[in-house]
Amino acid sequence: MTEDIVLPASREKNAGVDGEPLLQVSKLTKHFPVKGGFPIRRTIGAVQAVDGIDITVHAGESFGLVGESGCGKSTTGRLITRLLQPTTGTISYRGQDISHANRKQLAPIRSEIQMIFQDPYSSLNPRQTVGKIISGPMEINDINPEGGREKRVRELLEIVGLNPEHYNRFPHEFSGGQRQRIGVARALALEPKLIVADEPVSALDVSIQAQVVNLLQKVQKELGIAFLFIAHDLAVVRHFSQRVAVMYLGKIIEVGDRDSIYTRPRHPYTHALLSAVPEVNLTDEDSAGARERIRLAGDVPSPISPPSGCRFRTRCWKAQDKCAAQEPPLIQISGNRADHLTACHFPEEPTIEGRDEDIVLDPALAALEEGQAE
Amino acid sequence: MTTLTKEAGAPTPAGAGPLLSVRDLHVSFKTEDGIVRAVDGLSFDLERGRTLGIVGESGSGKSVTNLTILGLHNPMFTTVEGEILLDGRELTTARESELEKLRGNKVAMIFQDPLTALSPYYTVGRQIAEPYMKHNGASKKEAWQRAVEMLGKVGIPNPVERAKDYPHQFSGGMRQRAMIAMALVCDPDLLIADEPTTALDVTVQAQILDLLKDLQQEFGSGIIFITHDLGVIADMADDIMVMYAGGAVERGTTGEVLRAPRHPYTWGLLNSMPRLDSDLGAPLSPIPGSPPSLLTPPSGCRFHPRCTFQDRVEGTGRCVRERPLLAPDRASACHLTADQKRTIFIEEIKPRLG
Amino acid sequence: MLRFLVRRFIGAVVILFLLSMVTFVLFFGVPRDPALLMCGKTCNPDSIANIHHVLGLDKPITEQYGIFLHNLVMGSDQFAQGPCPAPCFGYSYHTNEAVWGTLMDRLPTTVSLTLGAAVCFLLVGLGTGLLAAWRRGTLIDKTATAGAMVISALQIYFLGPLALAILVYQTHWFDKPAYNPVSQSPVSWFTGLIIPWVVLSTIFAAQYTRMARSSMIEQLQEEHVRTARAKGMSRAYVFFRYAWRGSLIPIVTIFGIDLGSLFGGAIITEYTFSLPGLGQLAVQSVFFSDLPLLLGVMLFSASMILLFNIIVDALYAFIDPRVRLS
Repeated sequence: MTEDIVLPASREKNAGVDGEPLLQVSKLTKHFPVKGGFPIRRTIGAVQAVDGIDITVHAGESFGLVGESGCGKSTTGRLITRLLQPTTGTISYRGQDISHANRKQLAPIRSEIQMIFQDPYSSLNPRQTVGKIISGPMEINDINPEGGREKRVRELLEIVGLNPEHYNRFPHEFSGGQRQRIGVARALALEPKLIVADEPVSALDVSIQAQVVNLLQKVQKELGIAFLFIAHDLAVVRHFSQRVAVMYLGKIIEVGDRDSIYTRPRHPYTHALLSAVPEVNLTDEDSAGARERIRLAGDVPSPISPPSGCRFRTRCWKAQDKCAAQEPPLIQISGNRADHLTACHFPEEPTIEGRDEDIVLDPALAALEEGQAE
Repeated sequence: MTTLTKEAGAPTPAGAGPLLSVRDLHVSFKTEDGIVRAVDGLSFDLERGRTLGIVGESGSGKSVTNLTILGLHNPMFTTVEGEILLDGRELTTARESELEKLRGNKVAMIFQDPLTALSPYYTVGRQIAEPYMKHNGASKKEAWQRAVEMLGKVGIPNPVERAKDYPHQFSGGMRQRAMIAMALVCDPDLLIADEPTTALDVTVQAQILDLLKDLQQEFGSGIIFITHDLGVIADMADDIMVMYAGGAVERGTTGEVLRAPRHPYTWGLLNSMPRLDSDLGAPLSPIPGSPPSLLTPPSGCRFHPRCTFQDRVEGTGRCVRERPLLAPDRASACHLTADQKRTIFIEEIKPRLG
Repeated sequence: MLRFLVRRFIGAVVILFLLSMVTFVLFFGVPRDPALLMCGKTCNPDSIANIHHVLGLDKPITEQYGIFLHNLVMGSDQFAQGPCPAPCFGYSYHTNEAVWGTLMDRLPTTVSLTLGAAVCFLLVGLGTGLLAAWRRGTLIDKTATAGAMVISALQIYFLGPLALAILVYQTHWFDKPAYNPVSQSPVSWFTGLIIPWVVLSTIFAAQYTRMARSSMIEQLQEEHVRTARAKGMSRAYVFFRYAWRGSLIPIVTIFGIDLGSLFGGAIITEYTFSLPGLGQLAVQSVFFSDLPLLLGVMLFSASMILLFNIIVDALYAFIDPRVRLS
């Protein structure tokens, strides 16, 4: 599993200045105020949805963002598309700081950064025809492609695998998977350089998910569009992304090349996540011990008052005093590749093989399993 | 519709036959657009202490089947035909009061979203204690103690205090644990879990799945586990039934169905699902098209409009004309011959699984 | 909870303050001089100026408003008619009686009318609505739904005179509606109000039937209700313990609004049956450009609506633990 995806030739075409990344996010934070207090309501705290993250996405690259609910991955997507205003930090797109750009300054960039949403049912206006939905972005940005907008929309419908004849139909006439294709066509209408896809397949049936994943992959490779692919499904992210960042409670805890993250993870949380994915074992009858088994205790803590130091320490089996006192920096750990960064004081071995002893932190599981072992 | 000959009507004594036996079940709803045939000729058995995994996409009829077992469908709009035998007792014709005695007692259910499936108005402890009082004639105090004990068993820390909390004070994973405690409080023979982990995070899902397995060892219940996730089913089930458009298309043990599947739909599911160890060089192989409308299901084999193997079936247009039957035990409802199924899987499907 | 109530009461006082200000401004914005109505036939510019001076209407509007607020909070002995303890709205231009006293005189009529009707429409409306939801789809349900639909389309000014014509003037089955204080004779209090109660509650009952039915049906489709059924709880138990509890929220909301506005005076009902309640007083104050009375009635009605709003919000917390604990 070490083959490198050959980046499409179009990548060079899209890259701006040599080596300069398409998107560079640094120290990005987003705090949502929490209201309360007496007798006058005021801000008494903040949900630290995103708390100081750095992301670099190169032209034509597919970058995956995984994590569980409340980790801030969707907020990150909305910050980058500037649907939300960051609290602090910078987002620079092709060298231009857009973190606090106003509507007017954003206008030329809006067409280059597009978003695909999770719910194909609520993200399309039910009163507009497909043609109108897809040509909408062109209209707003006053773009008149050669041959007219309608011709372009029909081309786009064909690209996403829909019948161009469906130009005048309404969203409700389509199935969930087809609607998501319409969403993709809309995102492609302005020939974007970067698409932020927020859980684009998680609302779809299994057999349809693969259709949409393939479509996105085709678009990414053939048109050389960079993707920020946000999802909770680790297998889908692995399939789609060349580099992957794992988020936990508003922080990136591990980032690196796909193979490195999935086969040589160092952060205990990445280990726990990977080991929790239920897998179909297709090979032989008895390979249950091939993968490590880690069962954490409890749920993700509230982002309103995250733990001090390392945010994972409350659920970590290796936590020590240092983890509470000191936040681990996101750095290259010895034995890792240069681009594989981990934020942990006590990293795990770079393997996902089964251990001599399972790690079961859940007290109920531990009790039941002990009882049954006797 | 099915090749299964109906077994003699005499109820089998408890403990002898299968725990649950569904025979040629048909469920249809009247809607404004017409009649929806949600379940169309379904038969299966569940032995006690075993776990049957039902896999299918939305509209496959998997959830409807299980609401029908408990009689929780709306009788005004629903027609149910066929037999559902629990310990030899016929349920489709049973009176409401009889069903009430079974529900939560011999048969319990766990639903997908514990936030909406638990009442926001009553404490968790009370909601767990209720069925125990009703079915065991326990006093309020006894039932409360039992609820606390169950909460402890499913891993709620400090159960004495947490029992007094309301569901919204619990986290998602804790709520689903409370739901499990509620389902197991009367030590049911049959537990129906309808996508119990779909709404949960992956690390929490792993805890809950393991918990269910461990508790099954202790309580010895038979489980029907409904999911769309093949990975989850592989982890949980002893036997698998794959459903498509209201009927079963393949059944067998978990090893048989996942390692030597015989139905094109099962092949499609396996091929379209990315795995943590799948080959990254090739694109996924999705099933073309989308699931059919149950208002006007396709003729013949329900899967034929999406099937890429129908031209290999002997006799032109057979898949369009004739509905393939699902034999008992290890079987698949497909007109391809057994040899064809074996060779196609080994030569064309398996290599793509990487 | 206490904090919540205190905050809501402070909010209510602010709203009342703003409302009084708006009323003041609007009153002086209307080109209608109360002095003209008061001086009658002997009107001349001098007498009008005199009346203006006596009523204090010659002072700048801000000063008048200041005096109004001062009197309201501190009371006043500046009035020719006599002392006016807080809360002092002054004396009516028209009747020369203390406004607060008049309000208190009229209140029992309105309270009797409202409470009696509320009991009727709650019992009948909710009862019918629950029955229709329980027997959903049957003839009972269809009859109740259709009946409620027809009745809620009717109006008091149609139903009221109709009831009077048939039940009082033609058949003489009932006495002419009148208000007799309950302290004097409970029986005549009851018989005097029975027709207004029935008429007023009929229309409300129809609305409550529809509301109770639809909100119960919605609740019965909730997943937690299905869970309760799956636990083996009986249909009746689930209906009354689980679904009913959820239905209470919309019902209590609407009931609070209805009760609040009825306490401010059921204007049409009081007029139809000639009952001397707050609604009549409101109309009268507008008719005679009676600023003190107008302010009194307005602020009193508004206080009632705000009070019931606060009560409803407090009840939410009682009904739904999610509100209580957040």
